[in-house]
Amino acid sequence: MAPRLKLFLPLILFAALALLLFRGLSLDPQELPSALVDKPFPAFSLPSLAGGEDLDRDLFSGEVSLVNVWATWCISCRVEHPYLQKLADAGVRIIGVNYKDDPEAARRWLAELGDPYRANIVDGAGNLGVDLGVYGAPETYLVDAEGVIRYRHVGVVDERVWTRTLAPLYREVGGTAAASEWGAAPGGGP
Amino acid sequence: MRALISLALLLCSAWAAAVIETYEFSSPALEARYHALSQELRCPKCQNQNIADSNAPISQDLRRQLYQQLEAGASDEEILEYMVARYGEFVRYRPQMAGPTLILWAAPVLLLLVGVAIAVVVLRTRRGAGEQLSEAERKQLAELLERESDA
Repeated sequence: MAPRLKLFLPLILFAALALLLFRGLSLDPQELPSALVDKPFPAFSLPSLAGGEDLDRDLFSGEVSLVNVWATWCISCRVEHPYLQKLADAGVRIIGVNYKDDPEAARRWLAELGDPYRANIVDGAGNLGVDLGVYGAPETYLVDAEGVIRYRHVGVVDERVWTRTLAPLYREVGGTAAASEWGAAPGGGP
Repeated sequence: MRALISLALLLCSAWAAAVIETYEFSSPALEARYHALSQELRCPKCQNQNIADSNAPISQDLRRQLYQQLEAGASDEEILEYMVARYGEFVRYRPQMAGPTLILWAAPVLLLLVGVAIAVVVLRTRRGAGEQLSEAERKQLAELLERESDA
């Protein structure tokens, strides 16, 4: 190595380290990649929050859906609720998983705050949650029309998450709701 | 005084029961495996605790799954596979030695080898420097010495 270059070696090393550490600043160590991405939604047969027949995996065939894991004890779920409502109003099909919750309280919550969900799966014991790899509500899964999980977002879904991450993926798997265009054009958005 | 002590004991017991649930095992061997596995599985929510130590709801669920599967006769490998299929390699404190986790196991050895290589190169060049002169340098040195003796 040329002696000139050798002089710059510490600077280069420092820059590389700084870059790595800077990247670390914006990484969330709480965020785990889902082991279920590109796998079919796990089989289940659980009651519906609205009553009537039990729900199963057929719920996801034929249409792209967002699956939102929520509970009334989950404070962040209340935070993301208005944005979910907005997405539902713009035509996104959202299926709820009412996770380890009291169904009575859940029904009250939906009556009070509005109901963005096309259907709600009651997972009282959290067994579907374990099959999904849920480790804390809220979590949101993008499930394609074949019932395959394509993406998992941990935490609140807001405008930023939707326009930057979820909407492009939603379009990619063939979602056609009006909300799929949000964030597609510069300056676009709700 | 006696009432006070029994009250204190009562409070302690209630607290202990609230922290961790107990399972009745059909055999001591199963119980031993339960303890070993719950030490080895990592809580996905709290991240730096195993599911035996953690009282997060998700750890309670995983302990219940562990108990049910042990009683159902599942092997250790089956249980670990079940957990990894849902929560990824992250859920094991000792990830398997294959696939993407291989780099975790190989990294210390690789880094050591790189370090040794660098040390060897540095020491070699340091020892080599100043010992040998090139043909041109030798000529230059001879000229300089000649000029010196002439002066």
